[in-house]
Amino acid sequence: MRPLYILFLLSLLTITSFAQRITGTLKDVKGLPIEGASITIKDSYDGGTSDSAGKFSFSTMEKGEKVIIATGIGYKAFEQAVKLDKEAIALSIVLKEEITELKAVVITAGSFEASDKKKTTVLNSIDIVTTASANADVTGAVKTLPGAQQVGESEGLFVRGGTAAETKTFIDGTLVNNFFYSSVPGIAQRGRFSPFLFKGTVFSAGGYSALYGQALSSALILESIDLPDQASASVGVSVIGGNAGYQNLSKDKRSSWGVGYGYTNLAPAFAVIKQKQEFSRIPDYHAGDANFRIKTSKTGMLKYYGYFSQNALGIRTNSIDTLGYKDAFRLKNFNMYHNVAWRENLGKGWKLNLGASYANNLDDINGALLNGTNEEVSLSGFETKNFGLETKGTYVNAKAVVEYRLQGLSAIRFGSEYNYSNDRSDYTLFTGNKYPGKVTEHLKSLFAEGDVYLTNNIAAKVGGRMEHSALLDKVNLAPRLSLAYKLGTNSQASVAYGIFYQNPERRFLPAVANLDFAKATHYIAQYQKTTALQTLRAEVFYKKYQSLIKTGVANGQESAISNNGYGDAKGFELFWRDKQTVKNFDYWISYSFLDTKRDFQNFPTAIEPSFAAKHTASLVMKKFVTKMKTQFNASYTYASGRPYYNIRYNNTANKFAIYDRGRTIDYNSMSLSVNYLPNVFKKGAGKFSVLVFSVTNVLGQNQVFGYNYSYSGHRKEAIVPPSKMFVFLGAFITFGVDRTDDIINSNL
Amino acid sequence: MKKYILSSLFLLAVSTGFAQSEKMVKAMEAKVAAIDTTRNPAALVELANTFERIAEAEKTQWLPYYYAALAQINSGYMGMNGANAMKGGLTAVVDPIADRAEVLLNKAEALSKDNSEIYVVKKMIAGLRMMGDPMNRYMTFGSQAAEALETAKKLNKENPRIYYLEGQDKFYTPEQFGGSKAEAKKLFELALQKFETFKPENSIAPNWGRGNTQYFLSLASK
Repeated sequence: MRPLYILFLLSLLTITSFAQRITGTLKDVKGLPIEGASITIKDSYDGGTSDSAGKFSFSTMEKGEKVIIATGIGYKAFEQAVKLDKEAIALSIVLKEEITELKAVVITAGSFEASDKKKTTVLNSIDIVTTASANADVTGAVKTLPGAQQVGESEGLFVRGGTAAETKTFIDGTLVNNFFYSSVPGIAQRGRFSPFLFKGTVFSAGGYSALYGQALSSALILESIDLPDQASASVGVSVIGGNAGYQNLSKDKRSSWGVGYGYTNLAPAFAVIKQKQEFSRIPDYHAGDANFRIKTSKTGMLKYYGYFSQNALGIRTNSIDTLGYKDAFRLKNFNMYHNVAWRENLGKGWKLNLGASYANNLDDINGALLNGTNEEVSLSGFETKNFGLETKGTYVNAKAVVEYRLQGLSAIRFGSEYNYSNDRSDYTLFTGNKYPGKVTEHLKSLFAEGDVYLTNNIAAKVGGRMEHSALLDKVNLAPRLSLAYKLGTNSQASVAYGIFYQNPERRFLPAVANLDFAKATHYIAQYQKTTALQTLRAEVFYKKYQSLIKTGVANGQESAISNNGYGDAKGFELFWRDKQTVKNFDYWISYSFLDTKRDFQNFPTAIEPSFAAKHTASLVMKKFVTKMKTQFNASYTYASGRPYYNIRYNNTANKFAIYDRGRTIDYNSMSLSVNYLPNVFKKGAGKFSVLVFSVTNVLGQNQVFGYNYSYSGHRKEAIVPPSKMFVFLGAFITFGVDRTDDIINSNL
Repeated sequence: MKKYILSSLFLLAVSTGFAQSEKMVKAMEAKVAAIDTTRNPAALVELANTFERIAEAEKTQWLPYYYAALAQINSGYMGMNGANAMKGGLTAVVDPIADRAEVLLNKAEALSKDNSEIYVVKKMIAGLRMMGDPMNRYMTFGSQAAEALETAKKLNKENPRIYYLEGQDKFYTPEQFGGSKAEAKKLFELALQKFETFKPENSIAPNWGRGNTQYFLSLASK
């Protein structure tokens, strides 16, 4: 009854009084008018909307002490107390910009992000799988970005003058120990994980966050997918194997599980495409995986991914040391990887990320010298060519990150990481003598960082990381700092600085000398201009290396003797992506200039390392022809010739010396791929199929990655790819996936 | 017993609290009619602001929140330049509008669960987000949009706006991708049939879309 009574009184009052006018203007901090903002008398129906000049006016019957609220999209709400009596009110209101992810400057120095998040990113996850030269390998796509080298003789990412070991890969925050298939001399191996597993990829060529460590040069940070959109089954058939998988999604869409299995055998491909090497065992791969993902609450997600693979191969190459004989290499690998990650919003601005992984890696390697009829022989002076090596690695990585969101986008993050590794390696000499080795490491880290957003235009990330290595019995402290400043609506500048530490590589352990962490200091400055369809980036960097491992020879064995190595790398990089100029055509160009020298391992002085080219450039093109339902992808990569050396130990001078040196020819490669999607957009097709046809090095250009020298140094032989060209043909079908089609097209 | 009395008292309080006041109905009636006729993005934003004011003053009514979201999202669609939409990559334009509409719609949903009309607007929000960058967003927002429409149908298959939106999708889809003017026409006709029998609960309950359906039907019949 009471409210009605008041209402009655109120209406009585309003009838007897005059309507009052409220007028005014709404501007932003810079004095520019704000259009479409709402001005309201709190708890009343009365109010207005600002026009294109920021002006508003409305009348009200409200009386007395009231609060005026002004709200506009992208601005902080404004409140002002007013007294409504007979006099007209004129207000001039200034709205402050809200610090939002959409508008705020992003710290991008050193890193490329590929994801499907709301914000415009340089690349998205589909780009990874549709880059022609990538062959559906994550690192293959990353190699088309500035900063990465085109090293073809071994796997991994060589970034800004760094070795492949200086790049570490992380899945859902935790370190992955054997991201690539086990090394084979002279043949680069692929990454183990399918790019379809990941929804986000961050490639940092330097200056990365304090959340990550143990990588002197670069971090590749992968984020795995969440719940699938629907249940599906998939089948893939190609000229080199097949795979099948099933992905289940629960009815309430809160959990899913999946399994997959694939088998690859290169025999059919090798029958058609001539290989440089002779294969005593044609490479074949078994790989299986399983996953589950559970929504533990509205904001919580628990994910598990498990993987195993088994592969074997054997190669024979003509021995460079003894004519008429062959060097044989056999490898069997078993790898198992489990990753569990849990994230949850704890409320009140607190977030928790937990991750743990367990991995096992077994390599069984045999080396032998064979005679003309492929029988194992032992030649005087080359006895060590006959050996056996069994390695067994067990790895546990765990990480906890707590985040607390402060005002706006500002946040602090802290946590700790634990990396355990146990590497056994049993070496069998030609004599049959066994030399077992074991290295165990417990690396414990603490880290903290703060994101500070002063306005939408200025952001800083300040962090630090402390690591303790039980193996080295040493502690390091690494500060990290980056800043970004928005220059205009679409352009920004950012800088980054950081110190990075890394343990000596496993092959130098255990060492006779007391070793320390290797150290790198990064300085990066970047300019970026982005619109929704175009991106331009320019970056300069300087990287200083200290305490790199030096090796010497003791008892005829090369081993680490000190941390007296050093070096530096400097250069600039350009990136341009354009989806605008030609309709349905998308391309990017990247260029890297690198000037680097280092004295490490067995280098006699500071020299240009053999894994660094001065100039590297990539052109990647993608065109979707809607009428043909086909996407055409092409890429062209160029790298200037790399230096090569014959470095041997001089027993009389007791030091390493360069006996020969040179520079390889320039590297050129053009790749093509065609994806035909017969059912795309078709309503209710119930399946999604892709036919893939790809050719690498279409033009059959000569590629030389370096030179191998004979023991004596008298002969050298070019390291070239196993085959000039590789052709792939495959069909992949996913059942039960409806790519909802119409809705897009209604908007295309 | 005590509990029973308390809860019945509570119910009483809630039901009186949730009842539409005459003042609100009056304030809204004219504006609700404008939903069907307003095309200008700025005018739609103004309309959205008006509904939002009513919503925030009332706080217990889902309808003003619903209309505020609808007007907001319509302003997004109307504001998109056709030529720009072709190129995609307008996330910075559409996302803030979609975010705003989503906040409003979530408030409406909190007051009225399992409401077919709310799912219709959800479809429109996801659709607008997708327009921001169709090539990269169709897998996420495309399926979200389709899912929302499915749910809307499940909750009330007599809701004519579902078929109107379905028809629009068919209408704009190029034929080689399964679009069809003929099928669109069927859907528009079906929507009109549903409009014939659709009885809005009251004078301000959702009843928009009829005029537009007729307009699209005339285009599809050409």
